[in-house]
Amino acid sequence: MDPAQILLAVMWVGLTLYAVLGGADFGGGFWDLLAGRSGPGMPQRRLIEHSLGPVWEANHVWLIFVLVVLWTGFPPVFAAVMSTLYIPLTLAAVGIIARGAAYAFRKSSTQLWQQRLFGGAFALSSVLTPFFLGTVAGGIASGRVPPGLAEGDLIESWINPTSLLGGVLAVGVCAYLAAVYLCDDAVRAGLPEMAEAFRRRALAAALVVGALALGGIAVLNADAPLLFAGLTGRALPLVLAGAVLGVVSLLLLRLRRYLLVRGSAVLAVATVVWGWPMAQYPYMLPPGTPYRQAAAQPVVLTTVLVVTAVGALLLIPSIVWLLIIQHRLPYEESH
Amino acid sequence: MTTPTAPAPVVPFDPGGAADLAAARMQMALSLGWHIVLACLGVGMPALLLYTRWRAIRTGDPDHLRLAHQWARAVGVLFAVGAVSGTILSFEMGLLWPGLMGVYGEVFGFPFMLEGFAFFLEAIFIGIYLYAWNLLPPRVHLLSGVPVLIAGVASAFFVVSANAWMNQPRGFVLENGRVTRPSPWEAMFNPATPPQTIHMILAAFMVSGFLTASVYAVGLLRGRRDRYHRLGFSVPFTLAAVVTPFQILAGDYAARFLAEYQPTKLAAMEGLHRTGSHAPLTVGGVYVDDRLRYGLEIPNGLSLLVGYSPDAVVQGLDRTPPADRPPVTPVHLCFDLMVGIGFLLLLLGLWLAVNWWLRREIPRSRLFLWLAAAAGALSAIAVEAGWVVTEVGRQPWTVYGKLRTSEAVNPAPGLWLGFVFLTVIYVILTVSTVYVLRYLVRRERGAPQERVAA
Repeated sequence: MDPAQILLAVMWVGLTLYAVLGGADFGGGFWDLLAGRSGPGMPQRRLIEHSLGPVWEANHVWLIFVLVVLWTGFPPVFAAVMSTLYIPLTLAAVGIIARGAAYAFRKSSTQLWQQRLFGGAFALSSVLTPFFLGTVAGGIASGRVPPGLAEGDLIESWINPTSLLGGVLAVGVCAYLAAVYLCDDAVRAGLPEMAEAFRRRALAAALVVGALALGGIAVLNADAPLLFAGLTGRALPLVLAGAVLGVVSLLLLRLRRYLLVRGSAVLAVATVVWGWPMAQYPYMLPPGTPYRQAAAQPVVLTTVLVVTAVGALLLIPSIVWLLIIQHRLPYEESH
Repeated sequence: MTTPTAPAPVVPFDPGGAADLAAARMQMALSLGWHIVLACLGVGMPALLLYTRWRAIRTGDPDHLRLAHQWARAVGVLFAVGAVSGTILSFEMGLLWPGLMGVYGEVFGFPFMLEGFAFFLEAIFIGIYLYAWNLLPPRVHLLSGVPVLIAGVASAFFVVSANAWMNQPRGFVLENGRVTRPSPWEAMFNPATPPQTIHMILAAFMVSGFLTASVYAVGLLRGRRDRYHRLGFSVPFTLAAVVTPFQILAGDYAARFLAEYQPTKLAAMEGLHRTGSHAPLTVGGVYVDDRLRYGLEIPNGLSLLVGYSPDAVVQGLDRTPPADRPPVTPVHLCFDLMVGIGFLLLLLGLWLAVNWWLRREIPRSRLFLWLAAAAGALSAIAVEAGWVVTEVGRQPWTVYGKLRTSEAVNPAPGLWLGFVFLTVIYVILTVSTVYVLRYLVRRERGAPQERVAA
């Protein structure tokens, strides 16, 4: 493997972690939105808040990690994507501000009207942000982002069948992950009825996401033939593994094996996240920009890789400690 | 910039319209100007948190503990808002300035990468510090805050070194619009890195100290002179006041640096047109027709400051082609504003020091307390003004001498709409942040015994 390949893989590990960690935080907002009126919805919202607890900021940093690796390691790709897709990315950025700020504000509020206002902003932006990020992924994957500055169509690059599929799928995956994690969190918090409620939601979300993925095959066949060819070609093993893991997760949910389903759901999502680059490899901006052409020069790539390795030595034990603390936090302690 | 050859990635030929360029600059200024205040607090507040927590553990003092709790609550809000407002900036690097990132990302992306790691550690340990208060033994809890302080200072260093690179671009060769022989380390440790990073890190501690103290100065003005308020005032104010004289020296160093490395910026800061000896120092004034009018002129002042002698030659704007000159009046006035506030804050610190030395108490003078209450906002204004000086003073360049701002901007139409939209969002964000922080202060006053709810 050349350094550019390794960095690409490192970046994708970052993106995967963002999807399974940050994605679940967005999904928490999705369920917060659907938790119902203030009174009856309160216990669910408390559990969601508890699950985002000390980790959402750290989870969110994975996105920043992906961005800086992209602009340092593959600068022309960063420039092309950001300039052509500036509309959905601006909207996603606004969603990110609203989500994080409103979450923190709600936590500091004690009155119902404040919590409603900030909670509404938090929940709504938790749905919109992954949607817009999903449209960005769809625009890139369907070959609508040419190299150069704002060379693509500013509207059609993200309002198109593949982008819409990407957006809806992103929201669905976030909601699914969150519901799965919340089952486990609810049991841990000693709230078995709540676990049942989230189990039903996780099952529903799994079915919706599965249906979307199946329907998506037809969409991609029509709208993004190259991506479709890749997914049914080189990436097929991953796609199949994803399908199997999805079914396994459904069964585990039925059996209420919440800890195990946490793992299988994460793996299922990871296969989807890795299926995409597998399908379009070696192109970063299909159909014409392979990663080699976009990569920074070797000295930059190796410097970044060395720093990442050193950084990981500091980060991993710290993250582990944070996760241990999150699991040890008594339920009522976060309020 | 010349025509690129075949595989050349991105060379901006087609700058966006004037309105979109202006909108992109204002959006960046708004986002950066907004974030910088929170970034300052992110660097400086951990020091205050750690100090009060340490005193509380050592002495068991309830007032220090109460401050430690209260500031942790505020940091919980501020860090979250700072994390997201900082994320927007990393989006905007590409949304607004793809011409910069597409060409130079590989050269100066490296410090951003390091900043990413530092920020990561900050986010992890702030999570631990805020949430594990009752879970960890006090000493371990105190130690869990130390990485927050270190990582905060480190992030400031990395990010400002990237900005310093835009002033002193090093570590690459430009061939046919494509970067060759990049050297990330050389780019990060460019000549402007020491003066800029020192100046900014000290500024962060000043803003944190003065801003926190100003909250308690208001309390003191209203007659709440209990120990909690006195401590809440004197701890952060002392930190900031001790830093201030060093900041003035660091500022002098930064200006002297400009005289040698970026004389055009210094000339704009001082509104100096004619190159020569006996350069005057002018306070205030408006730059019209290559002359600074209506200012207060100190003969030989600038020559003395730059070269310690009236005969020292200072380069004026006349050496820079008119198309390469920054707008002078805003740069000059913002520079004067920053320096003026710096000296006012120095005097305020001296006032406290003298009073403490003579009477062992915070001055009871209403004037002092009024000024101290204003000092927080003033120090933030000084930081904003300083960033206007360094950013507008670099114009028309984004990368000094290499890449013009008009070449860096996203050529897509409609950027102004994004600017309008983001302005509305920032107004809402500002109102909400101030509201929630004030709410925290009021709530704290109502229920002093409440446990940390971070």
